[in-house]
Amino acid sequence: MSEAKKYPAPVTNPETAAFWDAAKQGKFVIKRCTACGEAHYFPRSICPFCYSDKTVWEEASGEGTIYTWSLMRKSPTGPYAIGYVTLKEGPSVQTNFVDCDLEKLKIGQKVKVVFKPTDGAPLPFFTVA
Amino acid sequence: MTIKGKAYIAGIYEHPTRHAPDKSTAQLHAEVAKGAIEDAGISKDDVDGYFCAGDAPGGAWPMVDYLGLNTKKLRHVDSTETGGCSYIIHLGHAAEAIAAGKCSIALITLAGKPRTGVMPPRAAGAEVDFESAYGATTHNAYGMCAMRHMHDYGTTSEQLAWIKVAASHHAQYNPHAMLKDVVTVEDVLNSPMISDPLHRMDCCVVSDGGGALIVTTPEIAKSLKKPLVKLIGHGEAMKGPRGGKDLDLTYSAGVWSGPRAFEEAGITPKDIKYASIYDSFTITVLMQLEDLGFCKKGEGGKFVADGNLISGVGKLPFNTDGGGLCSNHPVNRGGMTKIIEAVRQLRGEAHPKVQVKNCDLAIAHGTGGLLGVRHAASTAILERV
Repeated sequence: MSEAKKYPAPVTNPETAAFWDAAKQGKFVIKRCTACGEAHYFPRSICPFCYSDKTVWEEASGEGTIYTWSLMRKSPTGPYAIGYVTLKEGPSVQTNFVDCDLEKLKIGQKVKVVFKPTDGAPLPFFTVA
Repeated sequence: MTIKGKAYIAGIYEHPTRHAPDKSTAQLHAEVAKGAIEDAGISKDDVDGYFCAGDAPGGAWPMVDYLGLNTKKLRHVDSTETGGCSYIIHLGHAAEAIAAGKCSIALITLAGKPRTGVMPPRAAGAEVDFESAYGATTHNAYGMCAMRHMHDYGTTSEQLAWIKVAASHHAQYNPHAMLKDVVTVEDVLNSPMISDPLHRMDCCVVSDGGGALIVTTPEIAKSLKKPLVKLIGHGEAMKGPRGGKDLDLTYSAGVWSGPRAFEEAGITPKDIKYASIYDSFTITVLMQLEDLGFCKKGEGGKFVADGNLISGVGKLPFNTDGGGLCSNHPVNRGGMTKIIEAVRQLRGEAHPKVQVKNCDLAIAHGTGGLLGVRHAASTAILERV
């Protein structure tokens, strides 16, 4: 089961350290550009849309909907479901779905963020809301 | 500036092996290089341009040395790495170098041993901490595309299965194909689900092997004995989630590389007699056919159904060697064999049972990386002179 799965600890770097510090507090943060107003994921210091360096951290709702998914049935560590979630704030993020019936996932379904521990900072996953 | 008609493919070679426990990866590169050089009827000492990708042990300079290329003459190298479509990109880059006078006889090699050797790991990108834990593999990354394509356009597993069925009809005539049995739509649907909605028979084979090309000037090509095949259009492009904005996994970078190649060639998809389309998975073919303009977006399912891709049966014969779905997929990279089968068709050297009549215009198109994550695409349009 996914609960027993051991996930790799993020290596982190100066550009993304604040994301992982927030994750340790149970907060899911994204970057938003104050010049063009667009949010993006994964976080960058330079906005990928307008190239402004005026990007700021923002706590996201952690809510979104499933854009797509695929249940990988042939894996040495057991089946797992990968997918993209379109966050309420706009950006779509790659993730795994956990703590729910993986056979019943549906595009458009509402999901929410949940953190799973690693040997370092916890990693964000999504589960059915 | 254009590369239209500036470069010819004068030599091709596909390694017959699909399982090579007794060979080294570098050795396979040497064997395919030798094969393409002999096919062209040139000497290895004539090669003055060398192209390879991430499968070449150590990259370009160790390979140039190992292959014993003539370093007094060699004056152009390119080790562009874009996964499975690297070799289609190399073909375009070779034409650019030839057109600019930077080399006159280019050698492109691909070889490796995913079945019997160790595959070199890919270097991590900036996304690593935000993606690597989620276990994106080829199967589930392409599965995610198929799932969304079905959702948006009503594409069905039956329609996807027709792509495998067509490939199997061709593979029965290829003595080197790994899977020679003709299969039905039901066979595909009854094969085990690997990563929803892709069944085992929606997936390509894993094989050792390789292939090589000799690309040269019109003048040199005309001095050699092989039928003349020239490059008349080329395109390349890349696509990724780009910060997660407006994510759309139902199209590939082929929507950009394809039109670039067709525009340069001055033809349209309707003119194409034969299509080599990268078939890592059935969904890869369906999306690329739409992206290249063989049908409208969302209508790929109808287009591939009922044998439309079978040579002698349908309107667009594709992958007449059996492709990655049935013949081989050397080093998990299908771009090279796509070019080779297109050249065979244009030369009239395909198996008689699958040879397209009067085949004068062909396309070889591929993607590299993961369609559902980030990838490259490249399109080559070839003409028999």
